[in-house]
Amino acid sequence: MQRKFLNLFIQAGVAGAVAFVSWTLFQNTQANLEARNIASGFDFMSVESGLPINDSLLPYEPSDTYGYAFFIGVLNTLYVSLLGIFAATAIGVLIGCARVSSNWLVSRLAAVYVEILRNVPLLLTLFFTYVVVLASLPHPRASLNPFTGIFINNRGFYLPAPVPYAGFWCVTAAVLLSFLMIFIISRVSKRKRDETGKGLPTLMIGASLLVAVPSLTWILSAPVVDFEFAVLKGFNFRGGLVLRPEFSALMIGLVLYTAAFIAENVRSGIQSVNKGQVEAAKALGVKSSLTMRRIILPQALRVSIPATTNDYTSLVKNSSLAVAIGYPDMVSVGGTIIGQNDQAIEIIGLWMAVYLAINLVVSAIMNWLNAKVQVVER
Amino acid sequence: MQKPAAREKFKPLASEPAPIGLIGPIGWVRANLFNGWFNSFLTIICVAFLGVIIPPFCSWMFFDAVWFGDSETCRAASGACWTFIGHKLQVFLIGPYPTSEIWRPAAAAVLLAALILATTLRLGNKYFLVILWLLYPCAAYFLINGGWFLPRVDQSRWGGLMLSIGLALVGILVSVPLGILLALGRRSRIIAVKSLCVGIIEPIRGVPLITILFMASVMMPLFLPEHLQINNMLRVQIGIILFSSAYMAEVVRGGLQAVPRGQIEAATALGLNYWKMNYLVVIPQALRNVLPSLIGRCIALFKDTSLVIIVGLLDFLGAAKAAAQDSNWLGYDAEAYVFCALIYWVICFGMSRYGRSIEARTTVHH
Amino acid sequence: MADPSKHAPRCIIEGVRLKLSIQTETTQSAKKERDVIIALSGVNKWFGSFHVLKNINLSVLRGERIVICGPSGSGKSTLVRCINGLEEHQRGSITVDGTLLTSKQKGIEKIRQEVGMVFQNFNLFPHMSVLQNLTFAPIWVRKMPKKQAEELAMHYLARVQIDDQADKYPGQLSGGQQQRVAIARALCMNPDILLFDEPTSALDPEMVKEVLDVMVELAQENITMICVTHEMGFARTVADRIIFMEEGEIVEASDPESFFTNPRYDRTLDFLNQIL
Repeated sequence: MQRKFLNLFIQAGVAGAVAFVSWTLFQNTQANLEARNIASGFDFMSVESGLPINDSLLPYEPSDTYGYAFFIGVLNTLYVSLLGIFAATAIGVLIGCARVSSNWLVSRLAAVYVEILRNVPLLLTLFFTYVVVLASLPHPRASLNPFTGIFINNRGFYLPAPVPYAGFWCVTAAVLLSFLMIFIISRVSKRKRDETGKGLPTLMIGASLLVAVPSLTWILSAPVVDFEFAVLKGFNFRGGLVLRPEFSALMIGLVLYTAAFIAENVRSGIQSVNKGQVEAAKALGVKSSLTMRRIILPQALRVSIPATTNDYTSLVKNSSLAVAIGYPDMVSVGGTIIGQNDQAIEIIGLWMAVYLAINLVVSAIMNWLNAKVQVVER
Repeated sequence: MQKPAAREKFKPLASEPAPIGLIGPIGWVRANLFNGWFNSFLTIICVAFLGVIIPPFCSWMFFDAVWFGDSETCRAASGACWTFIGHKLQVFLIGPYPTSEIWRPAAAAVLLAALILATTLRLGNKYFLVILWLLYPCAAYFLINGGWFLPRVDQSRWGGLMLSIGLALVGILVSVPLGILLALGRRSRIIAVKSLCVGIIEPIRGVPLITILFMASVMMPLFLPEHLQINNMLRVQIGIILFSSAYMAEVVRGGLQAVPRGQIEAATALGLNYWKMNYLVVIPQALRNVLPSLIGRCIALFKDTSLVIIVGLLDFLGAAKAAAQDSNWLGYDAEAYVFCALIYWVICFGMSRYGRSIEARTTVHH
Repeated sequence: MADPSKHAPRCIIEGVRLKLSIQTETTQSAKKERDVIIALSGVNKWFGSFHVLKNINLSVLRGERIVICGPSGSGKSTLVRCINGLEEHQRGSITVDGTLLTSKQKGIEKIRQEVGMVFQNFNLFPHMSVLQNLTFAPIWVRKMPKKQAEELAMHYLARVQIDDQADKYPGQLSGGQQQRVAIARALCMNPDILLFDEPTSALDPEMVKEVLDVMVELAQENITMICVTHEMGFARTVADRIIFMEEGEIVEASDPESFFTNPRYDRTLDFLNQIL
């Protein structure tokens, strides 16, 4: 009875304290905002921004509103995060496998990579890449030209921009169709193997399909795509597809940094599989590629996936470092808006809402993946 | 045994030395670098890669580098300009701190070095060392800030490695206890307390440190009444503490979950109240469980302090960036960042090595 | 001694390419001249600079049951692991059922399909059910249809008396049950030779008997068995030959009677006094 009373008392106390503090903060904020002549609310979102954003996925003019500018920033954040997650995973898995290689040189090099990138702040890596690596590229007039249509200079990586015709969509449909056919064939192969013991050579069939079907469609539905090349006009290139140095530096830094952490997760996953199981598989006459696919990988994933979830959410959050090198992501654009109209509370609130939403989505997907690979323990 | 007669004496074979291709350097090379055609191929590629990267890097870093001289000598040479670092060393280490008072941060650094030595060599009583660590920030603050008989140095003049270490140290020392409290609160059965802790931990963990720093730097002045304004560095420190506490709380929560239920039951049976039980029984075990993760968080915190440049503080990375903008010494960004990276690497790697040695020492072997 | 439960399932698996010889108990008496199925000649192995196997010469006849014993560190496990290529020998030759064991992958894989192995630590695949553990190799290596593989698996699970656990996962079984599953898994590949590397050393004492019973029952088939073990009772019952190894070489090899009552060498006597 006394315990229940105490609990209730503590509940009331905590609730009361929180309410009191919130109220005080609210009052203070009101007073301060008035004193400094700062507006409240989201009306500023429909005001013309005048902000220059030189890297956007959708067309943007400085005459667009603050709201649209912020939206462009959010899109950039999502773009960098998505690309980053895929690239970091690919590189991280590669380096993780290199870490456990039986080749001493390969595993040591991978270890050096991981140890360097994990112990140096990401911001430092970003600065180094942006200021030292990219700035040392030549001026546009003396661009590096490794292949036709590709120019590399200190204003960015210029690639030919694809201009799609109607045929492009046919080819895209053909590619999707090939994937569908590969999926169906792998199902058929599995059923055939269950019944007769011999499956179909899915790899070969799949590869040939992936090459043949789109190629055939390409030939039949020409013209498919044209390329707009970047052309040097005066001191700069115009046209084409351009990857700005800010974007490139951010991607390189983020991907290399996160890949180091993912590599460690992959390593600990692979090493968590008992060596004895590999021996048992060998003793049964199982080929090592099959052992990797069916024995090691499923068990390694169970260890790696929870840890990698953290790394993915970290990558999304680290994309905010774009503000330090001038890539217009959500924090960058928001920071500029705060600098102009001092409405920090609204902008910071928006930041928190967007990041929390992205986190929820990433965590939900990873939790679903995690649940799918669980082992039944005793 | 019926037969008492002696058995035949067995003549064992002598051990032969291993064949030459098996041991020694040749054997090692065969086993580790060239076992199989794929591995041999990889070895060749790696050696080629190293051959392309290492010589130019070494000549830039050491052989063609300028170690003494001035700006002119540097411009003439093709290698790294380490005189630039030497020239700017004070800025790197203590930022814009006045040169006349340089003995004060130096004294604080010596104290810190002594403390680190004592801790890694495990001299003295454990609890005594903990007390020293808790007292150190106060002593360092007094030395660097001034007051009483020492002339004051305003916090806008604090910077460099001193600021990074200071922010990280205070951050760690305050966020660990705070994190423990938050973790305990999250496990509480009182709904209000649990919701409050979850409401603090989850949003903080879900947003980047930059947003927290912006909140601390830009929003906090709006929350506080006019007469209670605090300077930027203190606001940023509070932001770092809050951010780190949320992550420490999650790490400690994992450790608390790993403490067997039986411990709590036994402690309750012995008559310990909630706080005594946690302080004496549960928390020490929880911390021991997750010591490696805790140290990992400390390393992450130290690296995260590099972000304060975005809210206007001149920490180690900030000082490096600023030093490279000096009009007399333009174009040496690479040297500045490489030096910065080296120091960060040494400190972080050192911490992780220390963490691993603790882990090896405290692992409970079943 | 004809056991109906053993013969009925055999009809089902008759269609499978069986390499297990079909000598039934009745033809046991007309013992033909048995051929050598494993021949080790001058086998030497080093771990780094440590000479772990010294000039091993051993011929194993088809259907023979061999027990290898000796103090720890004597190289018995290494010897057995050399036979199916898990360890590589540096000098000498090993021939298994006519195939020379070299570093060529094809030869090794061919040998491993005919040689089954049971490990001290079971080494079951924890992410697969018991049934999946058993059908894994038949399906992927022998390219057996799934249904057939599952029938084969259930047959052997019944043989080791664990068929009711077919859908459980290894983590849900006791040590003795796991080892019996491991034996069934090895049997599913219909090996000519079964290698046992201290199969009962990791088991609690009350579970040792159930595994040894399975091994004794197996020994009544005509499968060649090489067993590294400390279980001398089992050796006495089952072995055709007992080999004593010490410090990397075979000290003595004789039939159980002579081995236990009248060992030839003093070393053997010392060892027997220690363990008996």
